[in-house]
Amino acid sequence: MRAKRVTFRHRWLPYALIAPQIIITLVFFLWPASQAIYQSVLRQDAFGLRTEFVGMANFKRLFADPLYLESFWTTMAYSAMVAASGMLIALVLAVMADRVIRTATAYRTLLIWPYAVAPAVAGVLWWFLFNPTIGIAAYAMDMLGYDWNHYLDGGDAMALIVIAAAWRQVSYNFLFFLAGLQAIPRSLTEAAAIDGAGPVKRFWTIQLPLLSPTVFFLIVVNVVYAFFETFGVVHATTSGGPGNATNILVYKVWRDAFEGLNLGSSAAQSVILMVIVILLTAIQFRYIERRVEY
Amino acid sequence: MIENRPVLNIVQHVILILGVTVFVFPIWLAFVASTHTARDVNSGIPLLPGDQMWENYAQVLGEGLSTIGAPPIGLMLFNSLIMALAITIGKIVISLLSSFAIVYFRFPFRVLAFWTIFVTLMLPVEVRILPTYEVVAQLGMLNSYAGLSIPLIASATATFLFRQFFMTVPDELTEAARVDGAGPMKFFRDILVPLSRTNLAALFVILFIYGWNQYLWPLLVTTDESYYTVVMGIQRMANAGEEQPLWNLIMATAILAMLPPVAVIIGMQRLFVRGLVETEK
Amino acid sequence: MTHTKPLTALATVLSLAAAPALAQTEINFWHAMGGALGEKVEEIANGFNESQDTYSVVATYKGNYTENMTAAIAAFRAGEQPHIVQVFEVGTATMMAAQGAVKPVQDVMDNADIEWDSDAYVPAVKSYYTTPEGDMLSLPFNSSSPVMWYNQDLLNEAGIEEAPTTWDEMFEAAEKLQAIGHDCAFSFGWQSWVMVENYLAWHDQPIGSQENGFAGLDTEFQFAESEDLTNLLQRIADSQEDGTFKYGGRRGDSLPLFVSGECAMWMNSSAYYAGISEQAEFEFGQAMLPLNTVAADEPQNSIIGGATLWVLEGHDDADYQGVAEFFKYMSSPEVQADWHQASGYVPITTAAYELSQEQGFYDSNPGTDTAIKQLSLNEPTPNSKGLRFGNYVQIRDVINEELESLWAGDQTAAEALQKAQERGNQMLRDFEDSNS
Repeated sequence: MRAKRVTFRHRWLPYALIAPQIIITLVFFLWPASQAIYQSVLRQDAFGLRTEFVGMANFKRLFADPLYLESFWTTMAYSAMVAASGMLIALVLAVMADRVIRTATAYRTLLIWPYAVAPAVAGVLWWFLFNPTIGIAAYAMDMLGYDWNHYLDGGDAMALIVIAAAWRQVSYNFLFFLAGLQAIPRSLTEAAAIDGAGPVKRFWTIQLPLLSPTVFFLIVVNVVYAFFETFGVVHATTSGGPGNATNILVYKVWRDAFEGLNLGSSAAQSVILMVIVILLTAIQFRYIERRVEY
Repeated sequence: MIENRPVLNIVQHVILILGVTVFVFPIWLAFVASTHTARDVNSGIPLLPGDQMWENYAQVLGEGLSTIGAPPIGLMLFNSLIMALAITIGKIVISLLSSFAIVYFRFPFRVLAFWTIFVTLMLPVEVRILPTYEVVAQLGMLNSYAGLSIPLIASATATFLFRQFFMTVPDELTEAARVDGAGPMKFFRDILVPLSRTNLAALFVILFIYGWNQYLWPLLVTTDESYYTVVMGIQRMANAGEEQPLWNLIMATAILAMLPPVAVIIGMQRLFVRGLVETEK
Repeated sequence: MTHTKPLTALATVLSLAAAPALAQTEINFWHAMGGALGEKVEEIANGFNESQDTYSVVATYKGNYTENMTAAIAAFRAGEQPHIVQVFEVGTATMMAAQGAVKPVQDVMDNADIEWDSDAYVPAVKSYYTTPEGDMLSLPFNSSSPVMWYNQDLLNEAGIEEAPTTWDEMFEAAEKLQAIGHDCAFSFGWQSWVMVENYLAWHDQPIGSQENGFAGLDTEFQFAESEDLTNLLQRIADSQEDGTFKYGGRRGDSLPLFVSGECAMWMNSSAYYAGISEQAEFEFGQAMLPLNTVAADEPQNSIIGGATLWVLEGHDDADYQGVAEFFKYMSSPEVQADWHQASGYVPITTAAYELSQEQGFYDSNPGTDTAIKQLSLNEPTPNSKGLRFGNYVQIRDVINEELESLWAGDQTAAEALQKAQERGNQMLRDFEDSNS
């Protein structure tokens, strides 16, 4: 890993600077994480009164469990949809807003709101909108001839959590895209316009290529968000159902520990998630590291 | 405008207005729900505000909230504020210091330290919540502001972002400082921190919202109602078992709970957006 | 006025620091009652605190049933457990198996210096929480039973004179409703509890072996073997085609289907009384669950849902004296009758039931005694005294999942029950392994 070419020299100062962070990480992250790893090779009752060492049995069970593998694929599909829809919508809105500079701030101010809503509260709002009996969105779809019932239809339920999760993220993506677009020098687009390139062509040949770092960054951020941070959305809307249609990995870890009190299996799932996180982090890190050198 | 295309302009505004409408609609609905009686809300939400606004908000802000199972809202908002600020400021301070150390010093175990911090990136608290709870209980930090906030400070996002930013700060500045005989802390205080102003603003907004919106962690570590946060309060009101929740009051509380983070975002909008762009570059 | 709140917070912190000086023994009670019920719980605790000055019960809301139970378990593992924790009925097996963590209520009451009679409790309520030897494990607190809610206006309109008492009558009623252009005849919530557990108890059939798990951890599910249950569920699933039945989600999510008038009948907990009377803009009533005449001539008795209070180990004997006194206060006819009438939960003692009768509660609120009548219809049999399966919270989710696939038309009723039974049995074995 690189450091600055020009650095300071001090015997103890760097340690003192880094100490608070390291201490908090050790105590509140690595210690509990090691507990989780330890727990993942045990079988224990909920109260911790009887403990038995079972080796890799918890992991073997998971990988042999079709429901776990299903949950894995569900998570993949869900993350892809959240990232794709959240980014696409945000990009369209940002391109539009970029062209109307004078009113862009007004639109931005309004679009920023959803980002401030707590997932636990957002879940309640979406419950309201899509309730098959009293929800306005469900009513509107009924008018259009679609019988919305996310209690019964796995596809509807998946659509609901994708919408609820992407809703908040569109705000975030929009801010990045708009800022990225506004950072593109006007002279470039103006030159292209003089050469006769229309707005659509200018978007594909100038704006999008220049936005590509932002796009890549947002893909990583959005996938990570969908993977790990949308627990609250699922918890408040579908609880993983119907069937296992929306039982994403993070929700399953939580549910197996909290509802199932199956601590060994839940810990094993945590360990698998940690490995995924480390992999994703390494990929992201390598990418960003390279980009900084440009 | 580069060229004038009236049709395109109209299309743009239509799309934008449509987009904004769709995105703000759930919030509008929450507001509408907070201005009706409970009965009206339960029989299908109306689309326009009703006439119960003052009654509902007065009840939520007054003593009325305690009759639907939550501590006074002022106290809950205060607790949320303390928690959100402690998490935000705590994270920013320790991250600034540690990324300064990582970028501007060469010392043994530097890479190890960086990776130690780094693996904590992203793994949400929900996934490691039970072991973390045990640690906090053993340290005697249940029912305290420290217990609410310090464990959530352990995350590497901010460290990572500051590191990325520091790497882009020209070396000439460091050299100039050294020529002037300025020590590392003086450089940090007088040059690096002021340069990071926009990043600080961006992180402040992101972390404040993160802290404010916590639900499961405060629920687990508090048993004393005087430490309840407002998001917990909303969940408690909504979780009325077989009874019908009083959605109008819940939504009024939700709107009130939304105001501080929205105020933070809007108030810091300009800096926040600039910060986002710079951090990401 | 909000600006004084920081001071309130400060004052609370100070008063907490000063608490030991008051020499009152603090009894911590964690519950899962949100909303107005939570206030009622705190009212009970305050009532007790005012009735004496040795003990102070601190009632704390710790999230919904699952969150509350897990919080208590996590606290126990960290040595910070409360004295009393409210646990829903399906957590019973987990709590029971935790010997060394849980102190049976019978012991608490017997060791304490008070008078107490476990026979004061309604048998169907008590049996759920009692060992085969007759020792009470936990104190029944909020119990309900599923009933059939009906929309009187709609039934009148369709010319149906009496609410259906059998499933055949139910489907006849559906035809009459459809004749006047009303599609949905019925729906239900908490489907595992209402349509599997209570259906089987109501018809005196086993849910699982070993007396529904009461007699041993080596129990296995048998619900898929009930042919009449399989056929009935299939018939319900098929009846979706013409709209007779509509599925509205887990737990109480389907309530809007009933109160909006979309479905004429709804089977779910009697505790929805307050919610329904607040919202329904039609005349409604509650009747007993319908009988499947293929399976039985007479109904047996229904089983309860709801929660009980468990006492955790690890506190001083003096504390347990306080717990016992609090339980005694809580079980008194006045407190219980008030709780029953305010909440819609069934009265858990015979005395509270009688007191409510004397007070004329059932005359002014007709139908509110349906649940208690259902529960005490007959002396409970091994099939109808309740159930005690480990990992049952998860198993209920499994039953939910498989039934949802049935309603969605992805599998037949026989397949759904068979799969639920197989997956459930696997979880029972897991529980047996980690608790023996």
